[in-house]
Amino acid sequence: MKSKGNICARFRRMKNPNLSDLTIKEVGELIAGKQIKATDLAKAYLDRAEKLNRKLNAYITICGEMALAQAEKVDDLMADNQKLSPLAGIPFGLKDNFLTNGIRTTAASKVLEDYIPVYDATTVSRLKDANAVFIGKTNHDAWAHGASGENSDFGNTLNPYDTGRVPGGSSSGSAAALAADMCIAATGTDTGGSIRQPSGFCNLVGLKPTYGRVSRYGIIAMASSLDTVGHLTKTVYDSALILNTTAGLDEMDATTSPEALVDYTDGIESGVRGLKIGLPKEYFAGLNPDIKKVIMDATKKLESLGAQIVDISLPHTEYGVATYYIIQPSEVSSNLARYDGIRFGNPRTAFGSEAKRRIILGTFTLSSGYYDAYYLKAMKVRRLIREDFIKSFTKVDCLLAPVSPTLPFKIGEKVNDPLQMYLADAYTVNINLAGVPSLVIPAGFIDGLPVGMQIIGPDFTEKQLYQVGYAYEQETQLYKERPKL
Amino acid sequence: MKYEPVIGLEIHIELSSKSKMFCSCSADYFGADPNTHTCPVCLGLPGALPVANTIVIESAQKLGLAIHGENLLSSKFDRKNYFYPDLAKGFQISQYQEPFSLGGWIEIEVESPADAGALAGRQSRKIEVTRAHLEEDTGKVAHATINGRKVSLIDFNRSGVPLLEIVSEPVMHSSEEAKAYAQKLQQIVRYIGISACDMEKGSMRIEPNVSLRKVSNVSKVSKGSNVGELPAYKVELKNINSFRFAQKAIEYEILRQTEILEKGETPALETRGWDEVKNRTFSQRSKEMAHDYRYFPEPDLPPYLFTEDYIAKLKSQMPELPNEKFKRFKDQYQLSKYDCLLLTSDLDLAEFFESTVKAYEKGEPKRIANWIIGELLRRLNETQTRLADLNLLPASLAELLLLTDEGKITTVSAKEIFEKMITSNKNIQELIKEMGAETISADKLAEAIDLAVKLNPDAVAQYKAGKEQVFGFLVGQVQRQTQGKADPKAVADLLKQKLK
Repeated sequence: MKSKGNICARFRRMKNPNLSDLTIKEVGELIAGKQIKATDLAKAYLDRAEKLNRKLNAYITICGEMALAQAEKVDDLMADNQKLSPLAGIPFGLKDNFLTNGIRTTAASKVLEDYIPVYDATTVSRLKDANAVFIGKTNHDAWAHGASGENSDFGNTLNPYDTGRVPGGSSSGSAAALAADMCIAATGTDTGGSIRQPSGFCNLVGLKPTYGRVSRYGIIAMASSLDTVGHLTKTVYDSALILNTTAGLDEMDATTSPEALVDYTDGIESGVRGLKIGLPKEYFAGLNPDIKKVIMDATKKLESLGAQIVDISLPHTEYGVATYYIIQPSEVSSNLARYDGIRFGNPRTAFGSEAKRRIILGTFTLSSGYYDAYYLKAMKVRRLIREDFIKSFTKVDCLLAPVSPTLPFKIGEKVNDPLQMYLADAYTVNINLAGVPSLVIPAGFIDGLPVGMQIIGPDFTEKQLYQVGYAYEQETQLYKERPKL
Repeated sequence: MKYEPVIGLEIHIELSSKSKMFCSCSADYFGADPNTHTCPVCLGLPGALPVANTIVIESAQKLGLAIHGENLLSSKFDRKNYFYPDLAKGFQISQYQEPFSLGGWIEIEVESPADAGALAGRQSRKIEVTRAHLEEDTGKVAHATINGRKVSLIDFNRSGVPLLEIVSEPVMHSSEEAKAYAQKLQQIVRYIGISACDMEKGSMRIEPNVSLRKVSNVSKVSKGSNVGELPAYKVELKNINSFRFAQKAIEYEILRQTEILEKGETPALETRGWDEVKNRTFSQRSKEMAHDYRYFPEPDLPPYLFTEDYIAKLKSQMPELPNEKFKRFKDQYQLSKYDCLLLTSDLDLAEFFESTVKAYEKGEPKRIANWIIGELLRRLNETQTRLADLNLLPASLAELLLLTDEGKITTVSAKEIFEKMITSNKNIQELIKEMGAETISADKLAEAIDLAVKLNPDAVAQYKAGKEQVFGFLVGQVQRQTQGKADPKAVADLLKQKLK
């Protein structure tokens, strides 16, 4: 493929065009060029989603009727020669903790098994306004508690690259659905790595935006001070396109920032020449040597593209998991209190064991007499962790780090050892504690299993993260490595 | 054994903002159908987030300024976690460590105790306030039988309505002090216009904490401190909706607790309610099951930092407060302390007074004060209404006074007219006509005098002989002829001339 603009021509030359294997950018051009109808695209994705879901369990609910209605609207608007958003007609998977008006939203918990919301999350309504098409609601660890998808009350999701392994979590269904071409983009939430780790496990691009950049309104809260709303895509450009739609102040979420919006695709090809990229040594000490090698190779590539690689230290890194597992369950215990079974949902006995564990942990750490020793102390450490990042950004433009200490692990491997499961978050939770943005991109493969890496930047520098990610992606084209299903 | 009551008050005030505290639902839910003033936020639906109403925060800060509170520059909300079916989110957004106002005091006046001897009379005291914080109200649970089934119903109209909780230090020692404090707070709140403080509608709720300590314990306390050593127990009286009930409940508790202490026992730590039929308190909840509210900072609402400039601006917008107005009335209008207290007791009344003084060119504040206190206030008290409920203009009272001055109506009929003005929407001219209250003409008066003189020759003779006491009798005879429609001054003048 020489020119990026010839997708339509390429598409016309195909005998049996594979509608499934496309990016947002490509589909956008096909729809704008009236080469395909959004309804055909939606049907193709719905078919594939139905078929593959039996194997992968990536969706909890597939909403065919709604998807087709949305797609028809796009076709009508196109017939009317209207100029549409780049997301118009794009088949999305929505993590099932995004409220969708009239469409069952379960948080992957039996507690909300039959819960039908009466309003849309802000992100959902923004995507609707952009005429995106919703294929379905994706599976995840119940209440977004987990790093493997195995905590879902609706069964675990399989990794399309190796169905004996987990796709990561908690956004397990979003990652698997996207990797298996059951959608072209998927939304996710990232409280301690729930977008980034599954993106890494499934060869995807995952954005955890700056806290306050994307509205949390209508997202079933896990830990409010850590929750961020982002998305998973195949390419960096696609990720930027979605952020253009979802980012920005929301009068329904007091924690959204008034920080000015930018066009995240603008200048995405600027490259990394002259950029200083820091490698935090704490993220590499003790790292699996194979993963380390993949990431070091990636840094060499970035260096060859003109970036300057600098060693750096984030001294409080080691306290991250402990700090996170105080603050997060504390907020969880409070946020889940409303699910008492009185007005909606099933009774509290319907909570799974991981949710119960976190409710009990959080209730304990907030109790009088323990608050100072746990919650308050953790908040102080959190501040130190954030200061580590802020200090590092006076020396470098961004940081590059692994996402997960391991490759996608085998299903069942850690399920009976919560502590091991919590340690899977070691490279991701600090970023949530600090509130800074991080972009995961495919770094390489080890024995056919994807390895991701994350680029972390100062508050509200998503644009720069995209530039770095795009440079590496264009060089490696790893997103074209699709799973064999 | 002699005991001293130790009383502190927690007072909840429903702020009169148009919308609820964290959403845009109307806060004016009184009398509305259940669950009609609700949205995802105040129903605590999944995913909903609070956004604070800035007017409500301003109200809390205004109260802080009015009661000399501190800590006005920084504040934050906290979550108070507990379970109750009327609590939509399973936690209440409240304030724990950094309320919008800390400290301060409210000055009250009470009759000193009977045994105060030389000090007897009304005495003023500063009651220390601990804090004033904002929190959201809860829904309401009702129990009913529907189709033979016992059910519990929840109405979330009240959920998220802004409440300001003002907590006093436990420094009051009598039910009178507690009542005076609550009334003063109501007056201040009404003056600054942040709540109607309508006890009947539940927009002001009083929760007294009552305990007793031995008088001997008081002596240990260093002079000047009101707090002293607190008793080992405390009884909370919940949700009392009138000053009178609060006073009665406190008095009942003092007797009840005295009896228990006299037996050598300690009253239980508990929450008690007031039974207004049986005139007694009753146990509601034992404090043995005390909640651990697991407060922590509300992560959905960023903390607040205010500038000195902002607070200064707010200060400049503060209206004159009751005590300031009282002092000014005394100085400016030279009225008695009693008159000033009554006139400033209600902001509307005070404003009515001042407007009347302005509208009535001759001034005479004392005369106007007498009218307002003697006629208007009496009438308002009799009918249990507030001035704001009436359609009465200060200009009307001024006009009435002017008509009396001009001799067009008598003072007696002026009072009747004023009373009718209070109860009806009619204007003065209409009422004068309707009542035939206009004073009679000079000719008619001359006739009446002639007639009275003619009919009472003996009295006239006595008067002319120097017996001046009969003059009053003759005036009465003239008024009899006019059916009281003559200006008494004019009668006296003309009669004197006639008898010369």
